[in-house]
Amino acid sequence: MKENLYQYILGIADNSLILGQRLGELCGHGPSLETDIACTNISLDLLGQVRNYYQYAAKIANDGRTEDDIAMLRNEREYLNVLLVEQPNTDFGYIIARQFLFDVYHLMFLNELQKSNDLTLSAIATKSIKEVSYHQRFSSDWIKRLGDGTEESRSRIQSAIDELWTYTDELFHLTEADEVMVSEGIGVDVTKLKEHYYKKVNDILEEATIQVPESKYFQKGGKKGIHTEHMGYILTDLQYMQRTYPNMEW
Amino acid sequence: MGTKNWPLWEIFVRSKNGLEHRHFGSLHAADAEMALENARDVYTRRNEGVSIWVVESKNITASNPEHNGEMFEPAQDKVYRHPTFYDLPDDVKHM
Repeated sequence: MKENLYQYILGIADNSLILGQRLGELCGHGPSLETDIACTNISLDLLGQVRNYYQYAAKIANDGRTEDDIAMLRNEREYLNVLLVEQPNTDFGYIIARQFLFDVYHLMFLNELQKSNDLTLSAIATKSIKEVSYHQRFSSDWIKRLGDGTEESRSRIQSAIDELWTYTDELFHLTEADEVMVSEGIGVDVTKLKEHYYKKVNDILEEATIQVPESKYFQKGGKKGIHTEHMGYILTDLQYMQRTYPNMEW
Repeated sequence: MGTKNWPLWEIFVRSKNGLEHRHFGSLHAADAEMALENARDVYTRRNEGVSIWVVESKNITASNPEHNGEMFEPAQDKVYRHPTFYDLPDDVKHM
């Protein structure tokens, strides 16, 4: 029971941690001052949210590890985030496409998590929803601007959507821990969000005059700890300080 | 300004209800909606405001500093135009 809950919390938290790390890479490197701050704000929102999850995970694990140990010191195979969030900041189109494809899912997920029997998880969900609503507004607006913008912006956002589409299906897979949590009324049955998700995403893409990809071939693995080649590099950055100077504090 | 730059917008933020909007600064954005979102991220991320106005900078008509003499100096020696000779009750705020 506790092991499943622990795994379940990590599954949620790792998505936001790794996406937050990706967005954090833009600090000082965004395409304009304004978008730089917007993306790093979203990064900070996500990192703030994951602290709540990792604190809770530390309490459940009850083995002396802190939230930092859990967030920073696992090996690659122990991170349970979906493949989508670890994809690189290839260009601003990819940054927005990745964000958009995740935000639509994230908001739907939190709306359901609010109804969880687990009061801590439902409280974290309620607290996070306002932030994530803004993330979705930001990324959806940019999807429309880029799609319905210049020839170049349109072709770049189309490539990004085409390229990242293959990672969307995994959002709706249930792991073994997920299944147990769903049966106990703690976890969200994400399979039920799938139809609504694609409808919402497709509507916004169509409004943005972006073609909805037709590919039916989807990648998976992240939820089981099997990641793309990018993940090791992310962890190298993320974990550098703690690996080099163990137990250091600010 | 080159055509590659977004236009400049002036940002006004109301810090809390009951106070007026004040000029906070300026930023670039493609249109008013983006200016609002950018302003939200640049100027209100530390809880500085409850309302934002954005105005494209080109729509502001400013006085010419060269005309400051005729515009403003005549007012400098007319202290009697200030209502400084009344006692304000302590309860009146923001006067």
